[in-house]
Amino acid sequence: MSLVTVTRDSLEHRRLRLAGFALLAVLALAIPFVFGPFRVSQFTLALVYSIAVLGLNLLVGYSGQISLGHGAFFALGAYVGAILLDRTGIPYLLTIPAAGAVAFLAGLALGLPALRIRGLYLALVTLAVAIATPVLIKRFDSLTGGSQGIAVPQPGAPAWTGLADDQFLYLLALVVAVPLFALAAGIVRRDVGRALIAMRDDETAARTMGVNLATFKTRAFGLSAAYAGVAGSLFVFTNGFVAPESFTLVVSFSFLAAIVVGGLATIAGALFGALFIVFVPVWASDVSTALSGVIYGAALIACMYVFRTGMMGLLRRGFARIVEVEGSTTGGGSDGIQEAAVDADGARAGADAGRVRT
Amino acid sequence: MPTALVLALTPAACGRDDDGGGGGGGGAKADPGITDKEVKLGGSYPFSGPASAYGIIGEGASAYFKFLNAKGGVGGRKIKFITLDDGYEPPKALQNARRLIQQERVFALFNVLGTPTNLAIWDFVNQQKVPHLYVATGASDWGKDIKAHPYTTGWQPNYVTEAKVYADYLKKEKPNAKVAVLYQNDGYGKDLLGGFEEAIGGTDIKVVDKEPYNVTDPTVSSQVSRLARSGADTFLNITTPKFSAQAIATIAKSDWKPLHILNNVGASKTLVFKPVGLKNAKGIISTAYFKDPEDPQWADDAAMKEYRDALKKHSPKSNPDDPFNMYGWSVAQTMAKALEGMKEPTRESLMESVRNMDAEIGTLLQGNKVQTGPDDGYPIEAMQIEEFDGENWKLQGELIEAKTQ
Amino acid sequence: MERFVQLVVDGVAIGSVYGALALALVLIFRSTGIVNFAQGEMAMFSTFIAWALVESGQPLGLALLAALALSFVGGMLVERLVIRPVEGEDQLTILIVTLGLFILVNSGAGWIWGFENRAFPRALPGGSADVAGVRLSWESLGILAVLLVVVGLLFLLFQRTKLGLAMRAVAANPASSRLVGISVGRTLMIGWGLAALIGAVAGVLVAPLLFLDVNLMGGVLVYSFAAATLGGFDSPKGAVIGGWIIGVAETLAGSYIGFIGSDLTILVPLVIILGVLLVRPTGLYGSPEVVRA
Repeated sequence: MSLVTVTRDSLEHRRLRLAGFALLAVLALAIPFVFGPFRVSQFTLALVYSIAVLGLNLLVGYSGQISLGHGAFFALGAYVGAILLDRTGIPYLLTIPAAGAVAFLAGLALGLPALRIRGLYLALVTLAVAIATPVLIKRFDSLTGGSQGIAVPQPGAPAWTGLADDQFLYLLALVVAVPLFALAAGIVRRDVGRALIAMRDDETAARTMGVNLATFKTRAFGLSAAYAGVAGSLFVFTNGFVAPESFTLVVSFSFLAAIVVGGLATIAGALFGALFIVFVPVWASDVSTALSGVIYGAALIACMYVFRTGMMGLLRRGFARIVEVEGSTTGGGSDGIQEAAVDADGARAGADAGRVRT
Repeated sequence: MPTALVLALTPAACGRDDDGGGGGGGGAKADPGITDKEVKLGGSYPFSGPASAYGIIGEGASAYFKFLNAKGGVGGRKIKFITLDDGYEPPKALQNARRLIQQERVFALFNVLGTPTNLAIWDFVNQQKVPHLYVATGASDWGKDIKAHPYTTGWQPNYVTEAKVYADYLKKEKPNAKVAVLYQNDGYGKDLLGGFEEAIGGTDIKVVDKEPYNVTDPTVSSQVSRLARSGADTFLNITTPKFSAQAIATIAKSDWKPLHILNNVGASKTLVFKPVGLKNAKGIISTAYFKDPEDPQWADDAAMKEYRDALKKHSPKSNPDDPFNMYGWSVAQTMAKALEGMKEPTRESLMESVRNMDAEIGTLLQGNKVQTGPDDGYPIEAMQIEEFDGENWKLQGELIEAKTQ
Repeated sequence: MERFVQLVVDGVAIGSVYGALALALVLIFRSTGIVNFAQGEMAMFSTFIAWALVESGQPLGLALLAALALSFVGGMLVERLVIRPVEGEDQLTILIVTLGLFILVNSGAGWIWGFENRAFPRALPGGSADVAGVRLSWESLGILAVLLVVVGLLFLLFQRTKLGLAMRAVAANPASSRLVGISVGRTLMIGWGLAALIGAVAGVLVAPLLFLDVNLMGGVLVYSFAAATLGGFDSPKGAVIGGWIIGVAETLAGSYIGFIGSDLTILVPLVIILGVLLVRPTGLYGSPEVVRA
């Protein structure tokens, strides 16, 4: 049993959540000042990836469209950013919305044919897109610099901040990530979010209730692509270099692994997933260089066994031991959506043809 | 919602000080990564992923350092070579470079592999003023503009040099050659192709067809078939070992019998010719700059014996016939010579030694030296033509100096 | 004209390679409803086992048989130990598990046997026949023949044997299958074992051509997916025919469509998959998907 029980959306509940966010904020802000530059750069990378992973989660977890090609949107955003920085004089901060906008349009464009393709087949199409990405980058080499890649100077910390460059980049990534996370949480919380989930779980019912599937699905694609594009432009800041080899299939697979490890259809899961894909390969490689792939693959599989609902599920269960939240699930809380997602997962698994229950 | 960032904080937290280490103790102020007993070097290789065959180079280099350490090291210092895996991904290479410099505090980066990977890190490494030595790639970038990246240097004869040697060979042997080219669709392939096209400019040698391929392609047989039908009488094969083998096999099965020029990277008896059948490789031309472990003429060569013995002792799982091991061994030797020539335990002093070198390395071809100077940013620029006679490589003619401008 | 025919012949030859792996993919999908991303890597691993046996002195025929048998067992073990714990979860979880398996098997093979490429002994005769100016290699014909035999055997299995019937039942409705007394677990294991065996056949057929290294099947995989999609993911016949079509399309496009050239041939399977799914999602020979409300 839990130690404490609160009612959903009650004052205590809200205070607890505020405290949680405050703690998170403190920890997040402390990082650049506590750790050395290398570690900080890893966290910065995790933040950047988390944005892309969040975008993918909106698409896969919430609107049920499997995409194995999210790296393509990430690459698109990165190249837009790099090309703008290299060829034009626009201030680097403006490359962020530019990359997001271009990626958004690309997402819409891919979302349209995706309307006709479901499940496994969409996975295959997006897989082929992911594979084609580095090849296409090389083909349009007059624009992209081809195999030589594009090198751009990394944004340095402005003198008045008194920060080191790595600290500045981290905080920049944080400043971009936080509103994007909040935005995603907001979208999910509102009716739109519920419609997306309803549509994922039962299209016929959703349609009956007046949900315009086509618009939502395409917009989901566009939005998730925009997130990846923004992440791509931040990626350029942290790396100062883009090349076709930076955007192979591995990137798309990593994002996918991240959302499942972190927790499908959760907002915070994106962060855990991103931390996983940044830190675990390094850790695996430290354990044994020769066996690093084996360890990483095994860790991935183990995560699927242990954290069925991702790390978020595990955490929520763990947290529920301490604080139990009572109350209806139809309220507007994001937790409601998440719990509905978890229930829906179970229900959907049972209803699927061809699935086997042991 | 409790934060589980705590989970991620478990990797040891380092302190924030990233000023140059050293201090404490008397004598010349040493840079990070070097003490009286030890010097730390860092490298990044593709130990996993599609380019994983190149990871062997790291093994060869490590074997040399182990061998050297067993003899007492360099200048009384043992060499500690830390290698990390980047899977041939530039962002990972950058992460590794950051980690090696900022966390492991290596004295210098050594033999980082790959063109895109090195392009990804060289701005950062130079900015940190860390020596970025003997990168394992033949791209011509590394010596073109020393002032822009003073800490970076290549090692092997670059691809443009190699292409020039082939062009010169053709000018002599087949001045009207019609050349078909197969090339890997990345920096390395395009660099070599570009160098070749430039070198044949103004001659009667013409490229009649060129076909690219990606390393993710399963096979190059369709490209080679297309080239076979182009009417060319010469084939310039710019491929890495697996694809070199496929190309040779495809040609062997066809009617096309061109003069076959195979680039240095793919010219391995063990990795390429044995799988396709030695007789199918008869007559293939390539270039060499180090002694081929499989060439019987070096069987009694002192440097070769040293290499074989050391590999057996320090890296028994490695295959001494694999040219990548010989490459790693030779470049590590060069690194040791650079360290030898270092007057003070500082990075600047190391760079001075690197930039003013005139050394003989035992496993390079006779007379092939590692030479650098204030205007010469390319350590090795001489190669020798070799022809495969169905059994072994036979060196032809003389060592050719093909200096890059 | 002659050139066109030669291109088609080359296309069918490479298409047989795609079709071979596609067969294994289709078999898994047909018996378990899962798309196994690690199929290619498992096939590569089996091929390495065969290679290791030959290296240690076994005659080729024996080595191949042993490798096939070991692959069958290996496939069963993979199902029982790796996949079973997540069966019943949603597609994405299982997909990630197969992805993890991909990485694991690829790295594992590299760790055991190294990353260099090597030759694989030919089971089929070398050389080629010249028919009206067009070159047909015996090896390609041999691969084709083996494929057709395998397709035929699979057809017999699914249509004429109790095991095949059981497999189809389990894929369609495991709950009901259990009610009629079919051992679902065992059937699944056999399905995976068979798929691994077919993958091994694909691997040993293809390795002499492509040369054996840990990335043998990596490039083939997406083409095989395209082949399976085109042919219908639950049709063995479709997988092979799909493979041929993809192979021919690829070689023709590479030659005749300037934009594609030799390096963008990856677009061919992409476009084909897209086209098929928009026009006829079940592929040429697949059965329509029954969706339970």
